[in-house]
Amino acid sequence: MDYIVAGFFKAFELLISGDNATWSAVWVTLKISTISMLLSIGAGLPCGFLIGYFDFKYKKHLRTLLDTMLALPTVFIGLAVYAFISHHGPLGELGLLFTLTGIAIGQTILAFPIVTAITASTIESIDDDLKLTLVSLGAGKRNILATCLWEVRYGILAAAVTAYGRVLTEVGISMMVGGNIKYHTRTITTAIALETNKGMFADGIALGLVLISIAFIVNLSLSFLRKQ
Amino acid sequence: MNNNNTFLSVFSAIFIIIFAISAQAGNKGLMMATTTSTDGTGLLDYLIPYFEKETGNMLKWTATGTGKALKLGQNCDVDVLLVHAPPSEKKYIAAGYGKDRREVMYNDFVIIGPKHDPAKIKGKNISDALTAIKNKQAVFTSRGDDSGTNKKEKLLWKNAGIEMPDKEAWYLQTGQGMQATINVCQEKMGYTMTDRGSYIKYESQKGGHAPLKILVEGDSILLNQYSVLTLNPNNCPNANYTLALQFSDWMASQKAQNLIKDFRLLGKELFIPNAK
Repeated sequence: MDYIVAGFFKAFELLISGDNATWSAVWVTLKISTISMLLSIGAGLPCGFLIGYFDFKYKKHLRTLLDTMLALPTVFIGLAVYAFISHHGPLGELGLLFTLTGIAIGQTILAFPIVTAITASTIESIDDDLKLTLVSLGAGKRNILATCLWEVRYGILAAAVTAYGRVLTEVGISMMVGGNIKYHTRTITTAIALETNKGMFADGIALGLVLISIAFIVNLSLSFLRKQ
Repeated sequence: MNNNNTFLSVFSAIFIIIFAISAQAGNKGLMMATTTSTDGTGLLDYLIPYFEKETGNMLKWTATGTGKALKLGQNCDVDVLLVHAPPSEKKYIAAGYGKDRREVMYNDFVIIGPKHDPAKIKGKNISDALTAIKNKQAVFTSRGDDSGTNKKEKLLWKNAGIEMPDKEAWYLQTGQGMQATINVCQEKMGYTMTDRGSYIKYESQKGGHAPLKILVEGDSILLNQYSVLTLNPNNCPNANYTLALQFSDWMASQKAQNLIKDFRLLGKELFIPNAK
């Protein structure tokens, strides 16, 4: 039991003492999660918009597929990305295994369906009357599009936060593709896995607390942004 | 439109940060695949900075079982290997995946178990000890991950004339690293086989009062030899062979050998240097 309390104090100790390994893991985690989140928004936002805005024949099937992709296990994505970027894989020449770029690819695949699905749902929730009003006011297509996007900005923000939370906390992709290399691809979650494996539970709990704090700060700043 | 501006400026700020971050290009250096015992004990954290400082080369490593480490080398995903499964290593070189094999250090495997020793294996030879564990159906935790340690364990069961346990309720395959397996073993108050370095690390974590004790040791078959393997440039033309060889030479140098000898926990040597 004492390692739970010890972990709590250790968290402060690690951060305040500026422990290199800890700060490196924090920095790597933030960097990689932010990049993956933005990439997934870049790809997922237009896709989600198209799916939500237009009606087409296989829309329902596409939504089912998308919802299934929400349940993709991270270890499977990790394995698939590993197979592709391993030296003997189709993309082996690029030398992406054990790099942050490799992890970013996997995490983007993980977050893409989340962003797409949430964006699509938000767009669908826009009142049809809004479009009618805009048309009757003589708004052009571009204006309607812009207004619709502006109306759903908080939905998009929610998509971003959800995606960020997912990639921030995943461990399967980072471990398999990144290789948990100290100072390079070691993230907070892979560091926790390692500390637990080594039986250093207090250190693991400390890192977990750091991770939760980051998630808290991200959400706090976003809710602040929303109030503005 | 004040609302609009805040929103946009926050997003553009984030993008600028991202560009600044992605502008930092990384130096590739040497990539090594190694075993959980060299990493988990802290040996590499202690040793590698000396190598980097002396040669100016960066060395990164990923720690897995020897089985996967060899596979990573075969697929050319790394440049050099530090592993401990001599028979597999020799086959590996014969198959054209590895080139130079240099023995750099050793320790030994030991069987550890609870102090009260329910299967009464203390002081027995290794085959008798395993037979006693099996007959007593005492819990035995195995790595079960085709690592160097796991390969050795399988060999020991075979030598003892016991059919390899697999689904038996008393035989637990963790599929994890050595420290994790020792922890499972401790929770179950069972027996396991570990390299001495990992055991000393575990012992020091418990402040010298570890619930699991060394019960069987000293048999010559329990020798655990670690070697540096370079990859065959014919199989992996892109692997950094020159730097790999330099690392191999450095590990065998008097300086590195002395450093390995000086790496101690609880005053005990974890690895004994033996480069020729």
